Amino acid sequence: MNRHSVKVSLFSAIIMGLGQIINKQYIKAILFFLIQITGIIYFVTIFPKHFMGLVTLGDVAQTVVNGEIIFIDNSIYLMVYGLVALIIAGIIISLYIFNIRDAFNNGKLIERGFETLDFWKELKLASSRQFPIFLLILPALGILFFTIFPLIFGILFAFTNYDFDHLPPGHLIDWTGFASFKELILLDDYSYTFYNVSLWTVIWAIVATITTYFGGMLVAILIQQRGIKFKKFWRTIYVLPYAIPQFISLLVWKNLMNEDFGPINEYLMTLGLNTVPWFNDPTWAKFSIILVNMWIGIPVSMILITGILTTIPKDLYEAADVDGANDYQKFRLITLPMILFSTAPILIMQFAGNINNFNVIYLLTDGGPIGEGYHPTAGSTDLLVTWLFKLSGLGNSGMPPQYNLASAIGIIIFVVIATISIISFRRTKSFKESDMIQ
Amino acid sequence: MKFFKPAILLTLLLLFAMGGVAYAFVDETRETTSPFLYLFIVIGVVVAYICTQMFFGKKLSNQVRVVTSYTLLVLLVIISVYPILFIIMTSLKVENALFSPTFLPVDEFGNWNATFDHYKNLFSGYNEQFVGWFWNTLKISTLSMIFGTILTVLASYALSRFKFRGRQSSLTLLLILGMFPGFMAMIAIYIFLQELQLHDTHLALILVYSLGAPLGGVFVAKGFYDTIPKSLEEAARIDGASQLGIFIRIVLPLSKPMLTFIALTIFTGTWVDFIFAKIIIFSDEKMTLAVGLLTFVRDMNASDYNAFAAGSVLAAIPITLLFIFLQRFLVEGLTAGASKG
Repeated sequence: MNRHSVKVSLFSAIIMGLGQIINKQYIKAILFFLIQITGIIYFVTIFPKHFMGLVTLGDVAQTVVNGEIIFIDNSIYLMVYGLVALIIAGIIISLYIFNIRDAFNNGKLIERGFETLDFWKELKLASSRQFPIFLLILPALGILFFTIFPLIFGILFAFTNYDFDHLPPGHLIDWTGFASFKELILLDDYSYTFYNVSLWTVIWAIVATITTYFGGMLVAILIQQRGIKFKKFWRTIYVLPYAIPQFISLLVWKNLMNEDFGPINEYLMTLGLNTVPWFNDPTWAKFSIILVNMWIGIPVSMILITGILTTIPKDLYEAADVDGANDYQKFRLITLPMILFSTAPILIMQFAGNINNFNVIYLLTDGGPIGEGYHPTAGSTDLLVTWLFKLSGLGNSGMPPQYNLASAIGIIIFVVIATISIISFRRTKSFKESDMIQ
Repeated sequence: MKFFKPAILLTLLLLFAMGGVAYAFVDETRETTSPFLYLFIVIGVVVAYICTQMFFGKKLSNQVRVVTSYTLLVLLVIISVYPILFIIMTSLKVENALFSPTFLPVDEFGNWNATFDHYKNLFSGYNEQFVGWFWNTLKISTLSMIFGTILTVLASYALSRFKFRGRQSSLTLLLILGMFPGFMAMIAIYIFLQELQLHDTHLALILVYSLGAPLGGVFVAKGFYDTIPKSLEEAARIDGASQLGIFIRIVLPLSKPMLTFIALTIFTGTWVDFIFAKIIIFSDEKMTLAVGLLTFVRDMNASDYNAFAAGSVLAAIPITLLFIFLQRFLVEGLTAGASKG
């Protein structure tokens, strides 16, 4: 245990930079020492205050002095400061660990009889080695500030009572543990709505995925048949629904299928048929949404599956012809497995995407019509994600914000999608290992 | 005759479904049932029978198969194109077209009666804020596309090419972040932007779009870089090129198809986004096209359906053309993303 490397790392562990001095790396030693001093000052002065702020989220929201309201604690600010304090603490601690490792590594170098590099050479070496870090730094910062931080806050909100009754700066927010989840899943106010919305989300995701996938497959095969001419022309036309911005096509469909004035009902009437309450009846609305979604979603599947159809080797079909197989057998035993195998990951991605398919529901029905026994914040065609949006009170949805419930729903969606992804990842992996095709 | 069983089953199923649909459509208040209904059912049964035969049997003659296929193809064309034609026709109609009894822009005597007034109004009439929206959107989409593509390419190249500590965990982290519904982050982003006095600015939108772009595109782009052989870069390195030089002079030119895909996705994504832009922007003159157009129809008091139609046609043209011309890249991008799982 008397090795030089261990000794210097112990020194560095006691006082940052001490080991580096022994290693004769003075500039680095000074830098580390300065970091240690700032770190200690930080941990003694600022850190406890901010950390306690995160724990308590404030004691007094506002007081009245001389008839004027003065805001004191803003729970959101306290949350931000607290989180930043934790991050700074993390950085200081990782610098401390880096300091020990650095002393150890350079100590090893000396043990082997080498000279340690001077500061500038070391910096140059590190920067050439760290080229990927240089590339990554901008995207990483962007994701940190605009995805990770907001998501962390979103997750934190789910464990508070942050809603329209507790809006800073006038009011304080408090930690409430799992109360939001309990409210959604167990309590009478929301649980019926929650279960029904979840059920419809799952049904929607399954049906929407299957209809667009197999619809796209049928169209692709229809075009790909022997004897069909102008294949490219048909495909270009069928891609159009996908190329039109969704906010336009969905609103057009909404108007086409209007119960009272929409052209489709007009046509039905001219034919002497009954009009259909496309979006005005809870059951019909679900059916209509899936129909419109097919119009939007089939083109993508068609493009994909056409791409795969062209890669299936022709000799497979020739061999099947020799064996006397009919069209159906060729489809079931060659085409279908090949397509399914190549698109299984996409199918699962589409399923996960459909769980979060906001546009279709929002633009077609905005959750309506009213569901019987539902909490007034949700309608009978609301998915979890559109309900989340309504509860967040954003975008003039007209609902008082309930950030805690919205965030809790977000976490639930995450858990579902993460589970699906993990399972599917395992399956596709075993798929690949089984080496079925190629 | 083993293969006939599913055929019969499917025909029966179709018949059953058609019966259900027919039953739902029959108007109970009407005295007589429309003859169209019977026609509808007869045609349906014939098509269903031929389809099942086509699919399951091989007895069918080639002509019948091809003719039926063409019928279906034409039918699908009508379904695909009808809403698009509907909105174009609406933009040309004189009266508020949602309630119009005719499909084509004609007057009550059946004479052609199209007008371009709704388009004119968008440029120099009572809807001329449209021009401002157009430039806003063009600016926001172009800038977001440029920054977003740069960020995505930087991240994906680094993650594909270099083995550094934390590489695998950053990939996993990106995957996990992608599984959260975007609205969850939006709540906090909204609150922060408000605190930073950035709400109702274009800067906020550009920041959110371009900084969020890598999350969507990194896996597709990384998949692409994984397929580029490393030997090219190694050869350049032996010739003494720097890391940055290799990246700019060798890797970037090679990634043109992928760059096109990423740029196209970001551009169209920001062009058509109506929800985040709606949350952030509330002044009329700062709106983007999608948000502005929605105000034409979302306001129950002032529904200007023709203006919406005309504006939509203009807003959709660039996006639709981009999609059609760049279809090839689209397919490549989609399949590249697929193989990643």
